[in-house]
Amino acid sequence: MRYNTTPPPTTFIRKHVFSLDHKVIGKQYYALALLAALVGMVLSWLMRIHLGWTAAAIPGLQLLSKDGAPGGVMTPEYYLQLMTMHGTIMVFFVLTTAPFAAFGNYFLPIQVGAEDMPFPHFNMMSFWVTFVGFLVLIAAFFVGDGPSLGGWTQYAPLSAVGSVAGPGEGTGTILWATSIALFCVGQLLGALNFIPTTLDLRAKGMSMMRMPLTVWGWFITSCMGLTAFAVLMPAVILLILDHVAGTSFFVPSNLVINDQLQPHSGGSTLLWQHLFWFFGHPEVYIAIVPGMGIVSHVLITSMRKPMLSHRVIIYSMGALAVLSYMVYGHHMFVSGMNPFSSLAFSFPTLVITIPSTILVLMWIGSLYGSKLRITSASLFALGFVSMFVSGGVSGFFLAQPSIDIMLHATYFVVGHFHMVMGVAAMFGIFSATYFWFPKMTGRMMNETLGKIHFWLSFVGTYCIFMPFHYLGMAGNVRRYSAFVVEYLQPLIPVHRFITVAALITGAAQLIFVYNLIHSRFWGEPAPDNPWEGTSLEWSTPTTPPPHNNFGDHLPAVYHDPYQYGVKCSTGDYVMQASPEQVATVNEEK
Amino acid sequence: MATTVHQPPQIDSGRLPETSHSGNGGWRNLVPEDGDLRVVQHYSPPASSTAIWVVLFAITMMFAALTSALVVRKGASLDWRHFTLPSILYFNTVLLLVSSVTLEVSRRRVATFMGGLRSQSESPARWLYVTLFLGLLFVAGQYIAWLQLSAQGVFLATNPSSSFFYVLTAAHALHVLGGLAGIVYVIRKLSKSVLRRSTLDATARYWHFMDVLWVYLLLLLWMKL
Amino acid sequence: MAKFFAVTIIVIAIASAIPILRHTWVAPEDISTHGALIDEQMSETMAEAGISFLAAQFILAIFIWQFSNPRPDAKIKTFPGGAKGLVIAAMVLVGAEVMALGIFGVKAWADVYFTAPSANAMPVQVQAGQFAFYFRYPGPDRTFGPLHPDLINEANENFFGLDTTNDPDSKDDIVTAEMAIPVNREIHLLMHSKDLGHSFYVRELRVQQDFVPGLDVSLHFTATKVGKYEIVCTQLCGLGHYNMKAYLEVMSQEDYDSWLKKEAAIQ
Repeated sequence: MRYNTTPPPTTFIRKHVFSLDHKVIGKQYYALALLAALVGMVLSWLMRIHLGWTAAAIPGLQLLSKDGAPGGVMTPEYYLQLMTMHGTIMVFFVLTTAPFAAFGNYFLPIQVGAEDMPFPHFNMMSFWVTFVGFLVLIAAFFVGDGPSLGGWTQYAPLSAVGSVAGPGEGTGTILWATSIALFCVGQLLGALNFIPTTLDLRAKGMSMMRMPLTVWGWFITSCMGLTAFAVLMPAVILLILDHVAGTSFFVPSNLVINDQLQPHSGGSTLLWQHLFWFFGHPEVYIAIVPGMGIVSHVLITSMRKPMLSHRVIIYSMGALAVLSYMVYGHHMFVSGMNPFSSLAFSFPTLVITIPSTILVLMWIGSLYGSKLRITSASLFALGFVSMFVSGGVSGFFLAQPSIDIMLHATYFVVGHFHMVMGVAAMFGIFSATYFWFPKMTGRMMNETLGKIHFWLSFVGTYCIFMPFHYLGMAGNVRRYSAFVVEYLQPLIPVHRFITVAALITGAAQLIFVYNLIHSRFWGEPAPDNPWEGTSLEWSTPTTPPPHNNFGDHLPAVYHDPYQYGVKCSTGDYVMQASPEQVATVNEEK
Repeated sequence: MATTVHQPPQIDSGRLPETSHSGNGGWRNLVPEDGDLRVVQHYSPPASSTAIWVVLFAITMMFAALTSALVVRKGASLDWRHFTLPSILYFNTVLLLVSSVTLEVSRRRVATFMGGLRSQSESPARWLYVTLFLGLLFVAGQYIAWLQLSAQGVFLATNPSSSFFYVLTAAHALHVLGGLAGIVYVIRKLSKSVLRRSTLDATARYWHFMDVLWVYLLLLLWMKL
Repeated sequence: MAKFFAVTIIVIAIASAIPILRHTWVAPEDISTHGALIDEQMSETMAEAGISFLAAQFILAIFIWQFSNPRPDAKIKTFPGGAKGLVIAAMVLVGAEVMALGIFGVKAWADVYFTAPSANAMPVQVQAGQFAFYFRYPGPDRTFGPLHPDLINEANENFFGLDTTNDPDSKDDIVTAEMAIPVNREIHLLMHSKDLGHSFYVRELRVQQDFVPGLDVSLHFTATKVGKYEIVCTQLCGLGHYNMKAYLEVMSQEDYDSWLKKEAAIQ
């Protein structure tokens, strides 16, 4: 028995623009994330060039902003504005959008054996609301005195008092907050689809434990998003009210800026930090958990054996999600909040290393005795593991308030989060792209270019972000547009090295973009199951899948998701949808 | 997996889903012991029942965040001024509670209509219209409360207490308007005979939650403001 | 390619460790009385993190080397002990490690935050505002005069908003752009923000604390070595954030006394 959620579209607009098909929506999210990543990357180049050569004129920059870069020389405020946009774009429109919204929308229904998400209209709205949010954010470059300069964290009162505090703090911050509010709505509409799909639309035979780890990653992430974004949205609305309505949620009394006494009174700056980080910490797990699911999935297919324990991976991802709500105060150790609270937050933060370690041990331990195939996808997946270790161990330091006294607000923190988010999560996105591109487009990506992309990215990102930790240990403060403090002078050569590495690594990403575009139109035609995978996406009747994913008959699921290393007519694997009875691997359940 | 319905289906009452809960929510095991999938039913719980819980959870989190903001802000400084809540709020509360009752009445009538067990001379949507009307009255009443406050010189930015009053009541009213849009959607679907039972149930659950949420907010405002 | 990848991982891991082992870029010498415990925590954490980092990267590399591009007839094997062993190892070893770090770290934190300044600690007030730090000493009456934000006037150098005409306690307050303190004397630093969030960071003193607008926080510390150090702002406060700094001069008691007298004369 089957049902039609929506009939196949006929017009161009319905097929490619306002599409109700989760696959098209997924690709639209991917395109948005790609565009955002390129913008965010260029912003990072501008920032790095300025940090290495502060007085230098960057040719053409004055075209982007006459006031921000007169004669091409970046002003300190413009540096901060670019930095704020870089962080906001990357965290929201790349790291939350690509691994979760893009790949999740495309593959979650297929991997559970459904025709589509249950609420295609809300799904379509979620993309367009997110897209409008992106436009609102970018608009800040072109209005008034430019984008906000308060950092992606927008601490009050800087973010709440308006333009008296600096360029971009008026309209720029309002646009930022509006964009984020729209983004929150988009994500909530997404969770509205992801969770019922996972719980209610699974095919016959697909029990929860038979779902691939990618589905678990997306499911756990949507649950986190539900809680986190629902808290961020009222916070930014209160921030907007402080700007436009004269309220004082976040601004205390008696502030004097530019010799003017500010009209606000009684607000709490720490309230903003609590609300923001209650969202902010789960957000970073939202950025990484889908990547963990994807990397596990890609590694299993590449290793030709399942993980040591399917359940342990699921429980660890779940534990990370639950713990992520209890640790947020580690961003606020020296914020002036009660020092007992700091200690209280540090213990769950230390404990959260345990599920993270378990995951790493599962990935590495499963490699033992495997038959690893090296492809671009598996290289990036392995790179993810290496990067997650590197980025994760710096967490040992930052989890302790006494050490945080020295490392808070230094490049150590910047190195930590770039390694886990800026690199590991990005590697997850790359791995997923190389892995699923054949299914999404019917063509193979160029493996040689993929491997070159990997090598340059892997070595390059280590060259960029490892030194950040040393800079932080030396006390290099973050969010500085220039290094005029005396003790920072000897560190400038390190910054220049990092800048060169960043420019080269950035250029390498263009190889990826070229590969994407070229392969989309001229790549080798792809078979239905190029990687000999077992999960349902490889069982679609056509590649790319038809409008309703599985054609005339929804699949029934006969096996666990990762039956590799078995003797089957297809080879060393049996597909989930195949009724063939083989001696299956007894996974430790 | 609902079918589109062009007229009230003739189905026997044995197959009507239980009204006391939303369906088994998805933790069902689709793999029988003997592996024979032929016995697994095609019926799956309606996605809208799961979805509405998702929505209600998100809304709860949002108001939880606003509640904690209120508590922290109140304790952060000494400028919190109490004011008396306009009494029309209590009348509005009654309106909302009655609308929940009328919604339940309409739900049962529509369900029996869709079950084909009773032919009715009255429109099955009548009580839905009553609910819609009461809901609109509620929102209008909230607006009157705002007008009364502003006549006394109590505006959004007058005091942190009034700020939270306006923010909380406005946020709630916006969600009520969303619920009204849901009821309009249900009425439309019913008039074209394509209403699914699960849609009706989900809309009703949302509406009742708006009640509960309002009672909670009223208590919060009454205690803290 | 897999073997090359494995070697690359090992080279990167070792290259990353070298600057740490050679102490190339580390925090400068500790001149505080409470910093030894912080530095100890740092070393212990570095050792544990370093070992975990190197071990994980090495084993990852070794497994990639060994198990990639297998012979077609190679058998799939399971890690000895399976998932159970690794989970237990993680919970027990990592659990013990982080609990130890956490528990031993409590004292380092408590020394800074859970001890009250001693009765004869010297009070100094620091005000952070876009984009400078100013300092205030209470003068011979040992009392700080009240602050009047409406009187703040940068042009007249009334940075704190003091009313020296009407407030007797303010008359002898000494406002400076540099902070000088006597060596080996406990300082009670009262932190006040004029406008936004800022932070007070002195690497050598092992102190970092955010200013909270609307809430006056305080720190206490003792400097043990004479010298000139930099105070930098570490919380983003606007376009001048990178340039918001002041000098901290730790002096002998006599030098400090003459410095204070000089500053008092030019109020």
